[in-house]
Amino acid sequence: MFGKKRVAVIGAGLTLFRRNMKETGREMCWEASNMALDQAGLELKDIQSVAYGSAPDAFDGIHMKGENMTDGSGAWRKPFSRVYVGGGTGVFSAEAGWWHVASGLFDTCLVVAEEKMSPCQPHPAQAFTTIFDPIMDRPHGTTLIWIFSLEMHRYMHKHGIKKEQIALVSVKNKGNALDHPCAQLGAKITVEDVLNSEIMAWPVQRLDISPTSDGAAAIVLASEDVAKKLTDNPVWIDGVGWCIDSTYWTNRDLYYPDYVECAARMAYKMAGIKNPPKEIDVAEPYDPFDYKELHHMEGLLLCKKGEAPKLTAEGVTQRDGDLPINPSGGLLGVGNPIAAAGLMKVCEIFWQLRGEAGKRQVPGDPRTGLAQAWGDLMQYGSVIVMRK
Amino acid sequence: MSTEKIQDSREIRHWPDHMETDYLYTLGIAGERFFQEIKKNGKIMGAKCKKCSIVYVPPRMYCEKCFNKLEEWMNVGTKGVIQTYTVAHIDLNGDKLEKPMIYAMVKIDDTDGGLIHKVEGIAPEKVRIGMKVEAVFKPKGKREGSINDISHFKPAK
Amino acid sequence: MSAKIKEFPGEEVKLADLKAGKIPAIRDRARAKYVFSAGIAMSKFLNELKKGKILASTCSKCGRIMVPPRMFCEQCFKPTDGWTYVRDTGTINTYSVPFVAGDASRLKEPIIAIVVDLDGASPGMGILHTMKEVDWKKVKFGMKVKAMWKPEKERTGAITDIKYFKPLKEE
Repeated sequence: MFGKKRVAVIGAGLTLFRRNMKETGREMCWEASNMALDQAGLELKDIQSVAYGSAPDAFDGIHMKGENMTDGSGAWRKPFSRVYVGGGTGVFSAEAGWWHVASGLFDTCLVVAEEKMSPCQPHPAQAFTTIFDPIMDRPHGTTLIWIFSLEMHRYMHKHGIKKEQIALVSVKNKGNALDHPCAQLGAKITVEDVLNSEIMAWPVQRLDISPTSDGAAAIVLASEDVAKKLTDNPVWIDGVGWCIDSTYWTNRDLYYPDYVECAARMAYKMAGIKNPPKEIDVAEPYDPFDYKELHHMEGLLLCKKGEAPKLTAEGVTQRDGDLPINPSGGLLGVGNPIAAAGLMKVCEIFWQLRGEAGKRQVPGDPRTGLAQAWGDLMQYGSVIVMRK
Repeated sequence: MSTEKIQDSREIRHWPDHMETDYLYTLGIAGERFFQEIKKNGKIMGAKCKKCSIVYVPPRMYCEKCFNKLEEWMNVGTKGVIQTYTVAHIDLNGDKLEKPMIYAMVKIDDTDGGLIHKVEGIAPEKVRIGMKVEAVFKPKGKREGSINDISHFKPAK
Repeated sequence: MSAKIKEFPGEEVKLADLKAGKIPAIRDRARAKYVFSAGIAMSKFLNELKKGKILASTCSKCGRIMVPPRMFCEQCFKPTDGWTYVRDTGTINTYSVPFVAGDASRLKEPIIAIVVDLDGASPGMGILHTMKEVDWKKVKFGMKVKAMWKPEKERTGAITDIKYFKPLKEE
């Protein structure tokens, strides 16, 4: 065990994920946090610290977002930190929460991840144009979709993967999301639906992508002694890993996410995992686009490079398969309020390991689960391994 | 050697750019009700946390201290007291204003909260902390459901 | 959880209602202007682009020839050692064909976005650019391309002094 204290997740909360929510960002933080506290059997006064995660301020349109969300995140007069690593934020905020407790500094930490993308007009995609280097990238009219489609195309080319194989992920995840009470885009679709959908940036088509969303998620972390007093069913955070690669993304071969492998190895070492495909019972890798689930499965060492499409086609990654992947429905089906989406995956693993995932429950009493998020300019991997 | 500094200032390059984004903010569950009361009824509302004995203005969905949901709303009137104020002489671009503008944090009577707003009807030198003021609303037809539906605060008797 | 929890919070509003003004909302606009320092390496790079040349920096420790040039090698974490030029031809590392603009509206003509590994730089040293004078369906991985420059008097010292890349016809 690394760190001074073992850390458990003892409660989780989630709001609906929708394209537009009436609630302000703060109100969504409160809704998710309040639910997590209720589930943990704690009151706000029992929370000693708060770790909050959210992606670019430009979506909410309040350029000091962390501070604006504090009172909805229970941080009134408490130690508060905000973390941000692009799309990796959701899982990374859980890791930041882990530091608070594992260091021995605090016994409890409330982790909150929130995103309100809808205020940005005419479309949240607008806010993404300024993440790029102003001199080398922006003058071409670069948008976020460019980098995803460039990466997807390279991955397809390197391994000779066809669109039909990738589309199976979108079909699986949107189908899985039909059983998620918060899901924005749960649907029964076919591979043909994906292949016939509007071209956004070849080879990316509309049904290959997750939506923009508003939503919030929260989890309560507690040290071992506190957790054992509060619940018979703590879920331990046994491994954390995070890694970032160079900003010079055009100088890298995008077919494989080395930085996800680095983060995964760090988490596996901590958790004592030597054979990930055999020892991980359920995984929630980050899936903002369908090909990303495959890309990340390989980066997480859950299969060999180029092998992920085969496992998907064989049904291995279905809920009743040997390695269930994204039983929640992932970002493709549940929605993508950037930071909240990553923490939603941690919530899902929490519920799966406790046997509380309802219709989404993976059979066979899963004991070890993994959640992963990815961010920045194809740079960042955050990986968390949980056990019951 | 790349650590050499650029000696000729004409070689130093800059790159201009801009970030222009439009926003459409929903008011939130509490905010929508607060502003609709201002717009339709000319009323300023507060929300009470019974546990902490706090009356929040502007009202909110939850108490930030105990995290309880706030369900008790009340009309808190339109009168208050200047808790602090400032007198602005320049605008956002740094240009001189035609006449100085007084902005105050007005604590609404019998509540724990207040509103930031303009104060008019008094010379800047005469404003005092602790001064009584009251809200002046725009005519109902001109209200849009924003903080500017209150036109300003004026000295109260 | 989700098995135990009866109801998840959240009140959805419809995008159409929001845009039509049926949901109370406040409009605002953020207008921030920037003047970025190009820095030492990129200032030189931009000045060389104006002359019709592509500048790279070299690291004596790892031996890389790097584009865009930089003051320090990010892998060795030491200052780079010198400058050199790379050619304005290269091969396509990856490409994509956007049909939508930054504000999610549809483009009249698709753009062909490419990452081109430049000849003379270390392997995999690509830059982002665009391609023209080719049918997007005929673009291939590994295709050889050449930069099309603006005439000298129109160049300002920008990455767009190269208008676009086009297929290199082998003689």
